[in-house]
Amino acid sequence: MRELRAIEAALIGTFEGAGFREVRTPTLEYADALELADGGSAGAAYRFFDERGELLALRTDMTIPIARLVADRFRDLDPPHRLSYVANAYRAVTPQRGELREFGQAGVELIGVAGPEGTAEVIELLDRSLSAVGLEDAVIGLGEDGLWTALLQDAGAGPETIDRSSELLVSHDLVGVERVLAESDELSAESVAEAAGLIQLRGGAEVLERASGLGGAGFAEALARLTRNFEAISARGLARTVLIDLGMLREIGYYSGATIEVYDETVGDVIGGGGRYDDLMNRFGLDLPAAGFTLYVERIHKAQLERGVTAGAGGDRVR
Amino acid sequence: MFDELRKTGGKLKLAAPRGALLSETLDLLDRVGVETAEVRGDSRSLVFDGGELMLITMRPSDVPTYVSAGAADVGITGKDVLLEQGDRPVYELVDLGIGPCRMVLATQKGDVAPSEHQRRLGMMKIATKYKRIAEEYFAEQGRQVELVEVKGSIELAPLVGLADGIVDLVATGRTLAENNLEVREEILSSTGRLVANRVSYRIRREEVDDLAGRLREAVRTAGES
Repeated sequence: MRELRAIEAALIGTFEGAGFREVRTPTLEYADALELADGGSAGAAYRFFDERGELLALRTDMTIPIARLVADRFRDLDPPHRLSYVANAYRAVTPQRGELREFGQAGVELIGVAGPEGTAEVIELLDRSLSAVGLEDAVIGLGEDGLWTALLQDAGAGPETIDRSSELLVSHDLVGVERVLAESDELSAESVAEAAGLIQLRGGAEVLERASGLGGAGFAEALARLTRNFEAISARGLARTVLIDLGMLREIGYYSGATIEVYDETVGDVIGGGGRYDDLMNRFGLDLPAAGFTLYVERIHKAQLERGVTAGAGGDRVR
Repeated sequence: MFDELRKTGGKLKLAAPRGALLSETLDLLDRVGVETAEVRGDSRSLVFDGGELMLITMRPSDVPTYVSAGAADVGITGKDVLLEQGDRPVYELVDLGIGPCRMVLATQKGDVAPSEHQRRLGMMKIATKYKRIAEEYFAEQGRQVELVEVKGSIELAPLVGLADGIVDLVATGRTLAENNLEVREEILSSTGRLVANRVSYRIRREEVDDLAGRLREAVRTAGES
């Protein structure tokens, strides 16, 4: 517990140092509010009725509760809002897989700063947060939510092909993606090869170069967004390299634009994630762009144990 | 060698499937320059130094478990296994074309067609090892079945009246034929796949891409010769 507390303290200290004030929201939310934000995957696992028969649910993350909180209570304040949290969230598990129904999350939400500047601010803070918990070798992956759909639309794919291949891409079945594209008669053989190659592109700035010229106008626009994000991030001088990943498609349904995943070689699963969700606030009646990230506290702890580091090792780097 | 297995950033660890897929897997690995002679011997060891990578051997159905957890960086196993364990997140990178087989619905020779059976009785009793695949297949078609989970020798179930039919993997069809069963419906076809852990796929990307590229090339040239 002392080690977990140290992680939380190091992260909250880093967030506060960057001007992100800690907030707390109820563990229980109205199921409607969760579904409003993310009809697809939020599907909360644990639901109950309150005394009036309203359906309540245990929160599945902190992004939606904070979006609701800001829409309810920050409406009259001038944006941007810089908020942080350390809280538990609840998700369904597969039995006997060692998955946690209740797990710790520590993260930030930057609400009201649009585009590359907002994204870069969030990723810079993520970089410092990872250093603050001693994970100097953790890698930040950067994707762009609109790339895949744009490439397929430009190549002439219909909605069904896009849906089916996206579903397979989310589940990481690259063989299946190529098969679906090849079997649809909407795409030329070159387009199929191009798309299959694109989703395997991941690396540094050279990836952007290799992808330029693919697709049409829609894809070029999405790639330009990613390029601007990457340039804004690079300009901030991070302690680690950011891995551009053109095949990243995250499952949670409210992303728009940049997507973020965090990896550490000692843990087989992602240790954090996030991205932009410019349409999320709007669903709560407040039209503000937003971005954020969350780190999974138990997985951070596991990475620390494997690497023999502790929180605070890099804490003095906080500016 | 055992130190190498726990080392962060050591040699890439490949989970290789023991059983029917093993010899074709090793042939493929040979072609891309991995040392496999030791695995082919009669050693009881489960771990082998394959030169550029470590080979860890296990049942094919355990490969997704090891790879999704990051205990192995990459692995080779059948598409049938990946579908049956679809909730274990791994990257599926290359169709290796090895160990081709089909997942089928089979019943005893001479029985009425499953659709006719279903029409008369409303429900079928099906024995299988592949519960998830069978469940999805019948649910998709809106057919009501009772699935009986058995661990092996599935062909036995309809012969002694445990089930009306079976959902099982068939390569040559010989076992079915020798047990008086015949294929009634094809559910899917399967081949061996190269899979990778989500984190290794990013952090060890040069090595993973290099291996995937060489295997893809080996599969392509094998197809031509």
